[in-house]
Amino acid sequence: MNRVKKRETPLSRMPARLDLAQSVSGLILGLFMWTHLLLVSSILLGKEAMHFVSKVMEMSFLSPSGEGYPVIVSLVGITISALFIVHAALAMRKFPSNWKQAATFREHMAMMRHPDTSHWWRQVITGFVMFFLGSVHLYVIITHPAEIGPFASSDRVYGFMWPLYLILLFAVEVHAAIGMYRLAVKWGVFDGADPRQSRKRLQIVERGLTMFFLSLGVASLIAYMKIGYEHREHAGEPYVSTEEASR
Amino acid sequence: MSSESGRKLKFHILRYDPQTPGDKPRMETFEIEEAPGMTVFIALNEIRAKYAPALQYDFVCRAGICGSCGMVINGRPDLACRTLTAKFPKGEISLMPLPAFELIGDLSVDTGKFMRAMTERIEGWIHDESKDNVNLDQLEARMDPDTADKIYELDRCIECGCCVSACGTKRMREDFLGAVGFMKVARFEIDPRDQRTDADYYDLIGDDDGVFGCMTLLGCEDTCPKDLPHQSRIAYLRRKMAQVR
Repeated sequence: MNRVKKRETPLSRMPARLDLAQSVSGLILGLFMWTHLLLVSSILLGKEAMHFVSKVMEMSFLSPSGEGYPVIVSLVGITISALFIVHAALAMRKFPSNWKQAATFREHMAMMRHPDTSHWWRQVITGFVMFFLGSVHLYVIITHPAEIGPFASSDRVYGFMWPLYLILLFAVEVHAAIGMYRLAVKWGVFDGADPRQSRKRLQIVERGLTMFFLSLGVASLIAYMKIGYEHREHAGEPYVSTEEASR
Repeated sequence: MSSESGRKLKFHILRYDPQTPGDKPRMETFEIEEAPGMTVFIALNEIRAKYAPALQYDFVCRAGICGSCGMVINGRPDLACRTLTAKFPKGEISLMPLPAFELIGDLSVDTGKFMRAMTERIEGWIHDESKDNVNLDQLEARMDPDTADKIYELDRCIECGCCVSACGTKRMREDFLGAVGFMKVARFEIDPRDQRTDADYYDLIGDDDGVFGCMTLLGCEDTCPKDLPHQSRIAYLRRKMAQVR
């Protein structure tokens, strides 16, 4: 019993790779979503600011006419979709695989009333919601990459997408902040000298980021709705910036 | 003397004896008077003495050392002997047996069978190829005091089972190793006398029933009566195992 025991067939390294891939894809998607919302919220600084941001994202500075390349938006959309599908597929490994497992977990969660246990369930629910609503948004953006701008986006939000965006906003921001917190404690990246103290700090940061991004998102959505309402008679007409008008 | 002294405590206790044919799980309520410094364990003794002589629960040390009296107290796994009744301002305390273990009866579960299987699974002993040829006339190699402290920190585990019952992953997936197993692996991993390599440990915990199945719910970290560093040690094992080629 004291010898160094060796398995005849070593365990596959795949579970380690998959766990890492889930974490890395989640990290990239989380950072993307925060950056995305910061860019989207440029509408709070005015139509001109949002127009500038959307044109920069289309790399208008590289095109002689200043029109930009909307195909870049499609390419980013396709890349994010691919990453989104990979992340969802990897995360589904951890989902309850039958009713009994789901019921046991819910019963356990109700018994424990333990924040981190409930957090995971919130991630399952928000992840499930995102899988459907996020796909719709991504499809719209990939197929209509040029329709991002102060009027085009507002017309879309006000016209038919606002209920989807409202639900998606809450799902994404809750999922992203909890996910980043869980990622940090899962790998112990910010453990420092006192991992417990570090976790408490991370919980505060997680709550702060959730509130910040939710507030920013709701405010941006209201701004788009307001512009969409004011522009309803001219829905479909693109925004012309001061600079473009003076040309 | 506690200001809570003398108040009435209501205990709602799960009663069920799987050995008695036809017996059904039910909650029974007992009312006792709180005494200064009363623990749930002391209260259980009183309930058994006054009202329920057949009430089953485990205890040995009464001091948080043996790990026998683990049970679910108002929803959280904890040791009855270390839980003061004064902790519950409403004076209502529900007691259930630890889930994820075989029920013996009422609040008593068989953690021993589980812990033995877990120890065998992770081969929880020093693996030393030269053990059979050891020279007993020679002094044992000295261990660095810091390393000894680190081993001791993890050896404080009393195998009470609270971390296992508090783990949502374990509740969902029966074959999941659970935090107590990870603490044991982490303990042997830092022991210089154990000659196992990271690849050897990977063979024990490198799958979805092992460290990559842990969903970092941290019920273990937040309920361990001995405050073992579950959060940091499981993260450490995950990092270590992810680097194994």
